[in-house]
Amino acid sequence: MAENRNVILSAKDIEVKFRVRDKYLTAIRGISLDLYEGETFAIVGESGSGKSVFTKTFTGMLESNGTISQGSVMFHGKDLTKLKTDKDWEGIRGAKISTIFQDPMTSLNPIRTIGSQITEVIEKHQGVSKSEAKKQAIEMMERVGINNAANRFDEYPFQYSGGMRQRIVIAIALACHPEILICDEPTTALDVTIQSQILQLIRDLQKELGFTTLYITHDLGVVANVADRVGVMYGGQIIEYGNVEEIFFDPKHPYTWALLSSLPQLGVKGQDLYYITGTPPSLYNQIKGDAFAPRNEHALKVDFVQEPPFFKVSDTHYAKTWLLDPRAPKLEKPEVIQDLHEKIKKMTDKGGAFHVE
Amino acid sequence: MSNNYNDREVILSIKHVDISFDTGGKKKFVAVKDANFDIYKGETFALVGESGSGKTTLGRAIMRINPCSAGEILFEGKRISGNISKEEDRNVVRNIQMIFQDPAASLNERATIEYCVSEGLYNFHLYKDENDRIAKVDQALSSVGLLPEHKSRYPHEFSGGQRQRVGIARAMIMEPKFIVADEPISALDVSIRAQVLNLMNKFKEEKNLTYLFIAHDLSVVRFISDRIAVIHLGEIVEIAESETLFKYPLHPYTTSLLSAVPMPDPLIEKTRKHLVYDPSVLDQSGAPREMREVRPGHFVHCTEKEFADYCAKMDKLEQEKG
Repeated sequence: MAENRNVILSAKDIEVKFRVRDKYLTAIRGISLDLYEGETFAIVGESGSGKSVFTKTFTGMLESNGTISQGSVMFHGKDLTKLKTDKDWEGIRGAKISTIFQDPMTSLNPIRTIGSQITEVIEKHQGVSKSEAKKQAIEMMERVGINNAANRFDEYPFQYSGGMRQRIVIAIALACHPEILICDEPTTALDVTIQSQILQLIRDLQKELGFTTLYITHDLGVVANVADRVGVMYGGQIIEYGNVEEIFFDPKHPYTWALLSSLPQLGVKGQDLYYITGTPPSLYNQIKGDAFAPRNEHALKVDFVQEPPFFKVSDTHYAKTWLLDPRAPKLEKPEVIQDLHEKIKKMTDKGGAFHVE
Repeated sequence: MSNNYNDREVILSIKHVDISFDTGGKKKFVAVKDANFDIYKGETFALVGESGSGKTTLGRAIMRINPCSAGEILFEGKRISGNISKEEDRNVVRNIQMIFQDPAASLNERATIEYCVSEGLYNFHLYKDENDRIAKVDQALSSVGLLPEHKSRYPHEFSGGQRQRVGIARAMIMEPKFIVADEPISALDVSIRAQVLNLMNKFKEEKNLTYLFIAHDLSVVRFISDRIAVIHLGEIVEIAESETLFKYPLHPYTTSLLSAVPMPDPLIEKTRKHLVYDPSVLDQSGAPREMREVRPGHFVHCTEKEFADYCAKMDKLEQEKG
């Protein structure tokens, strides 16, 4: 379904290095990714896998000690990696590509009114008058579900609840009708009930406004809920990507297996949950072979020597593991995640909560 | 597991506890209203609710951090709320330990792991001599899967999961009988969550520990807990064994909370509907509400009229689901 759609943003072989105390840390080790217009792509991975760093290259928001040492990000015929100053970024960051961050309290200015923080963006990017900006801001607030928006326009962030604040952050991000919305763990700091409302809101707005969404999250439940396509990150690389059903029901990379197997939802009482032993690789060192190999119980000899290429599983599904090489031994995914759908279905059916009359 | 709780030993008893805070004005803010339940020895009791529901406040009341404004809390049959002697206070502090949410914030970043873990031993002089203390620290660290050479390191040198294990080690070294775990895995990655949950289960079996597990995510709680209490705006609305609660949720708030949890399955997620909790579906007649037992061990906060409805619903559900 994806191939006849337009690519809106195309990252090619991105490498990002950070200079830390005279040493170089390679946070992103060659990622290529095409985003299609109107889709929702979710990047999933543990903390430190480089999910946020990767997407920061799309908005020029890398920390000052970080550089894109290789690769390109093409967006509307422009290579975003070539942009240097804030002036270069002006028409893109916030206008065409916006970001929602995790914690709504830290992304809003606590001593300025909600209204002024929304109008600021509109005035800056659209060059409209103050009164027109206010009109648009109130409209946007209503759209993200703030009741009585005109009256709440002059309130401060502390007068809003966490969920409401995140709605405002979304309103600010969407104020200029961006083409791409990057959601960096947008609901991690929120309650499950609020989370479900915010995810629904983003989905509704996406349908209405037609932007492309890039989610960054470590919660596989959220991924299952929002994504059309999924990319799994480990050690600064995307190691497997595909349509959401392919990733959940037919994963190929041992790391994806491990991630799914450790879900507490799949736990059986009285038995230990599966967990990944060891720690993620240090990105200060040169990584040889498959970065996951030292923690991988299914690792082959070649995994320690040579980095695997992407193998094609289907037209939409690719995985970077030697297990897919024709010469590799045939391995089934672990028992816990076989028939994942049947297992979870059984659980939720029995659970009753999902099938209330 | 049987419903036969009568012959099980109660370790902690919360009796009609109210907790309120002064707001500066005349009105007090009541954070917890009439909490009333027992926790049995050796079980994991989960307290689940949204932020602001009072779940942490109640946990802190057990730790004697927040005073109760009404009711009392009994630990092993002795009152531990309100004014108690200094000796008993020390007894509580030693036997009830806490594991916190954010392992980065709950460890002293200027102290070595050795000090962090042995702080309780120092305070209570629970060691014969230096060698004994070091042996105890080593033992506590190895029981959570850390190595003795980690002792001289500082918290920032560890990953999130390791830090949380240090947090568990410093609670476990006191050989507590009861642990209040306040969102111990919310700040952790998926793979590390599994490690910490396994570890907590291991101690539960080995030391016959009892946990009060405070969380906002019902799906995690299902795996670890024996019984679950759902709390909403300071009131406990439903208590049941965890499988029962998932199978037969009765209170509309419980249903809403269950329906909000995203499941790791795209097919189910495409059709899942989040039921928003609407308190107006409750009986509005103003009749008194209290915890009523629908089935043995399954309590719902309801009025007389609702109770009849819940019982009928339960009969129907049991027939359907067997």
